[in-house]
Amino acid sequence: MAQTSDFIEMKMPAKPEYVGVVRLTVSGVANRLGYTYDDIEDIKIAVAEACTNVVNHAYEDGQEDALMMVTCAVYDNRLELMVADKGGDIDVNSFKNGKGPVQSDRPIRELKEGGLGLFLIETLMDKVEIIGDSGVVITMTKFLQRDGVEQNDNGISTEAPKQ
Amino acid sequence: MNLKVDIKEGNRETVVFLKGEVDVYTAPTLKESLYPLAEQKEKKIVVDLSNINYIDSTGLGIFIGALKATDKSNSTITICGANARVKRLFEITGLDEIIEIVSDQREEV
Repeated sequence: MAQTSDFIEMKMPAKPEYVGVVRLTVSGVANRLGYTYDDIEDIKIAVAEACTNVVNHAYEDGQEDALMMVTCAVYDNRLELMVADKGGDIDVNSFKNGKGPVQSDRPIRELKEGGLGLFLIETLMDKVEIIGDSGVVITMTKFLQRDGVEQNDNGISTEAPKQ
Repeated sequence: MNLKVDIKEGNRETVVFLKGEVDVYTAPTLKESLYPLAEQKEKKIVVDLSNINYIDSTGLGIFIGALKATDKSNSTITICGANARVKRLFEITGLDEIIEIVSDQREEV
């Protein structure tokens, strides 16, 4: 099966007011591909969470050229979204350690306001990869059909299929 | 892409009507109106989400912060009127176990 792919690239200032712009654009792309309403909502949240991380953590306040780069790679069976920044190196493990659902057994005063973003991304998307060298690159995949997960679980590939 | 906050002080409860989207851009608006309320002593705060069509972790974080404030001030916070999508997000994140969520919505007067 031929894997045709289209690429949509956006480069936006890493500012809160542009996260909604990315969200709406990606929603439009997902809608065009025929995702269900629920899947589109999941994709919107995931891409917004990734952009929110860039806005909140990637750059120093007032840093020039603070950008978030968003790429949508459109395939027959899936949508791959890549959100990248040009901030410093991060320790991906420490990044991942903070995440998780709310720990309801803890006293309320000990609850954390943050850490839900990455957890939501991993819950709402089918596959997530984070690289933390010279800025963070987070790649998220949503398959068009649920059962595609197993069949195509060969990494986040942009290479041509072997035939 | 905006958020409108309307606060109605009643005899028994204070209802916060939200309309629009809660994300990293609009969350400060919610924080500025919700936190001062939550810090007041013995308030019964109800947040009506029936006109919210989008919320993400930034918004959920505001509710966690508000809950912590009510815990200190001996107040309560309840969420009402959330649509299925918004409610699902509270469930996925486990927030539904620490914040009271009721399905009916408040009458806007």
